[in-house]
Formats: sequence, structure tokens, C-alpha cells
Amino acid sequence: MTTLYPKFETSPTSQHPDSSSPFICTEQLSLYYGPQPAFEQVNLAIPAGQITSLVGPSGCGKSSFLTCLNRLTDLISNCRVTGRIRLGNLDVLDAKTDTTALRRRVGMILQKPNPFPLSIWRNLAFPLREHGVRDRAQIDEIVETALQDVGLWDEVKDRLKAPAQSLSGGQQQRLCIARALALQPEALLMDEPCSALDPISSGIVEDLIAGLRSRYTILVVTHNLAQARRIADNVALFWLQQNSGRLIETGSVQEIFEAPKSSITAAYINGVRG
Amino acid sequence: MVWSLQAIAAIAGALVLLIAAFLIGETLPVLQKVGFLPFFTDPAWNPTEALYNLAPMLWGTLFAAAGSVLLATPLGILSAMFCQYYAPAGIALLYRRLIELLAGIPSVVYGFWGLVTLVPLIGRLHPPGPSLLAGMLILTMMILPTVALTADASFAKVPPAYLQGAASLGLSRWGTIWGVVIPAAKSGLLTGVILETGRALGETMAILMVCGNVVQTPQSIFDPIRTLTANIALEMAYALGDHRSALFVSGLILMGLVTALVIVADAIAPEENHG
Repeated sequence: MTTLYPKFETSPTSQHPDSSSPFICTEQLSLYYGPQPAFEQVNLAIPAGQITSLVGPSGCGKSSFLTCLNRLTDLISNCRVTGRIRLGNLDVLDAKTDTTALRRRVGMILQKPNPFPLSIWRNLAFPLREHGVRDRAQIDEIVETALQDVGLWDEVKDRLKAPAQSLSGGQQQRLCIARALALQPEALLMDEPCSALDPISSGIVEDLIAGLRSRYTILVVTHNLAQARRIADNVALFWLQQNSGRLIETGSVQEIFEAPKSSITAAYINGVRG
Repeated sequence: MVWSLQAIAAIAGALVLLIAAFLIGETLPVLQKVGFLPFFTDPAWNPTEALYNLAPMLWGTLFAAAGSVLLATPLGILSAMFCQYYAPAGIALLYRRLIELLAGIPSVVYGFWGLVTLVPLIGRLHPPGPSLLAGMLILTMMILPTVALTADASFAKVPPAYLQGAASLGLSRWGTIWGVVIPAAKSGLLTGVILETGRALGETMAILMVCGNVVQTPQSIFDPIRTLTANIALEMAYALGDHRSALFVSGLILMGLVTALVIVADAIAPEENHG
């Protein structure tokens, strides 16, 4: 299924996902909170148009890794990032990189749904306005498309002016995904998007993520191995070694779950460790 | 345990009722004699000759309070915004300390400063000097800390998830503040405005010192005014009989104003978070 979004000021680098080349590449990426490393020396290529799942125990730097990719680390005062991140030709960590444009290309969904204290409609319309879409009809069209994309349209079309906080947790999370999709990003970073939801909502959001495959490059952090196995194309395993997070192994879902190369991976997926 | 808390709560509640009952009791002699209407329709305020028009002083109170709230609210909210989202940590800290200091200055000191500095300045601009404008400006300085500190506190309480969400959508700092922070902090900001308005309505000493205390409905901001609070403070020392009772009517009207303010605040408050 390919839903076409009404065009708005196409970003110059926007292109269709091309699975032959990685969308984002990290080289020797490390992140430190003060002197304490969260993860170190991560070399990871994230294939375009696929779902890549980051798995591993708590505290091994998976979420921190995500926040590097859209430079949300800029918000943390004692945080230092070294190494390189390449997004096409863009050097993400370069101080001159326009983070506004970067974050429009790379959307993010947090663990706990965080709709703004605005109406359902304004939650989507306000970021669009901020990014220069002024025409009301065009905004309405994009809002409807995005809400349809996350399967929320039929549930909320009659109460778009209602506060977003009045939605259920699962609906709020889908609203947050719609809010990201409305900006027509190329990639979505998802930090345990289902783990704060009840099982039914969690299933709905999981199906939604799987349905976005091939239209977006998706990077999803999860603690839920079964979920990774269900929705991911690729898996990257992070592990805590010498008090800092390391990337242990990457590969396709089959490779990781059926023929892991590392003994840590084998133990983790069999539930022996972690 | 519980009964003692109940008793304490009962005492606190009873105090307000007692004061209200006392106020009403004290106003009864004059209200029974002339009724309530003459306090707004009499030709003048001349209580020794049974003329009780409080309307000019009510206007004085309302104008002074409204002017200062209009000035202090944007100043306070914008400065708290600067402090939270733009200022380097050191400057923000210094600024907060200064504002707290401003809140701690006794009102008579504000009044004294206003009398010797502000009033002559305004007098040079447009005689006579003691005026509604002087009252507004002094009140602005006095209520600014209230609104600035409550705004600062309500900005600090905005959930970090909103800020993260806004940043990850690539929103500008001003866009984030305008579109996300202000709606999220709305109820706190409103509380600040209510508190500062209450303080502006009730302030007595400073405003008595700079406003000139002429009983008249001001035609311009340079006209001297007398507020309801100043009226009580000025005349209570020698008021007897119905005159004294009429002063309590000033107090009753003030209390009515503050009650109305609280009711309005309660009516607006449930709409928070509805954006």
C-alpha cells in the first residue's frame, strides 16, 4: 500500500528508499554522559526501507544510540558524541548540520506517548505550520492522510478538536506516529514504541509499524525478542561489556535467530542470558 | 490524628467566614439606613454629610490594578521564558535571585521610592505627579515577582517529554515555546495572573503614597486617584458612626472583587489541557 501525501516543499535530498544502500551509517560512534560511556565504537549500517531492530538488555545504550541519529543528544547538557554518522551525503554530527531539516527527515517516537496538550488536529497541524505549510486545505488533507495511515482516522474524525489527552494510550501512540508521518520523514526512530501500552494496543501499533515497511527506513528499539522476530528485517544486538554498551552482532532476522555467530547472541535469544 | 487536622481546617475556614461576617456586621448600620445603591449614585464621597459615593474609588482601584496587571503579566511571563529557555544557567540564577529579592521588599519602601523618585519624574512629564500612572507603575513592580516566579515554576514543570517531542519534530525554540510550552503551562500562568491581580487590588501603602488620594474618577492616567484600600487607611483613624460603617463598605466591595476574581478563575481553570 502506498498512500500519497500531498506534496509540500519537497526537501532537496528526499528520495525513495533504496534498499541497495544503507540509509544511515555510523562509524566508531561513541556516546558519553560525562565520563561514563553509554556505548562505544558502534559501526552500524541501517538498510534503507527496512525495519532494523535494536535488541539487548537494559542500559546497554540502545536508546542513547537512537538519540544520536537525530541529534536529540544536543538537548542533554553533559553529553558528548564522537565518531561519525552519515545520512546520504550528510555528516549528521557536523556542528553546521541543520538539525531542523535533519529531524524532519528522521522522525522519532518515544516509549511513552507524548502528544502535546493540544487538540488532536492541532497536534498534527502545528508542526506542519512550523515547517511552513500555511494553507488550511493542504493541512487538513495531510492530517487526514496521516491519521488514515495509522488507522486512527475513523476513530477520531468526528472529534478532531477534542484534546489529544482524551485518547487511550494506544491511540495516543498512533497519534504520535501520525504526527511524525505528517512531516513526511524518510526514517523513523522508535524507542520501545509498544512497551508502555496494553497488549491489545501494543499489537495494533506493532502491526502498524510492520505496515510502514518499505515506505520508511525504521529503526526500532525493543526489549521484546518475539516482537523483533515478527516485524524486523534486520537485528542488531547491543550488550554491556566492561561497563559500556557494545554492538555485538548484526544480521538478518534469520541469521540472528537461527545461526547466531556470537555466543552472547545465542545465549540471549535462547533466553539464557539478559 | 484526623480530628486534629479537621479542627485545624475548620479553624482556617472559619476565619474567612468570621471576617466576612464581621465585615457585613460592621456595614449593617449604614446599609440599613441608606441601602446599597447610594454607594454608587450619591453625588460625592462626603461621609460626614451622609454622601457615600464609592464609585470613583472603585474605578481607581480597578484602573490601577488593570494597568499594572497588563504591564506586569507580559513582562513577568516573557522574563520567565527568557530565564528558562534562553538564558545561560548563571544569568538565569542571578535573575531568579533578583526577582525573589524584589518580592521581599516591603511595600512601604516601594511607596517611599515612588514618592521621592517616580512621582517627581511623572510631575515633570505631566503635572501634578501623584497619579494613576504612578500607582500603576509601582504596582507593576510589586506584582512582577509574583507573576514572574509562578511563570518560571510552571515552565519548569512542563514535562520534558513535550520538549523532546517538539525537538524531534524539528520545531524551532520559539515554535516549541509558543505551541507546546505555553499550552502546557497555561493553568500555572493563569494562577500567577490571578495571584498578581489579587495583590494589585489589595495593595494599600505604596499606592496611598504615590496616587495623590483625590476622590475622583480619573480622566487620564495623569490624574490623581484614590483607591478603596487607601480610602480605608486614610480615614479609619477619625471615622465614627456611619462614616466608619461606610469605610467597611469599601472593604466589603474589595472582598467582593477578590471573590469575583476567584470565581472567574475557577470557571476558566477546568478548560486547561484542552488546547
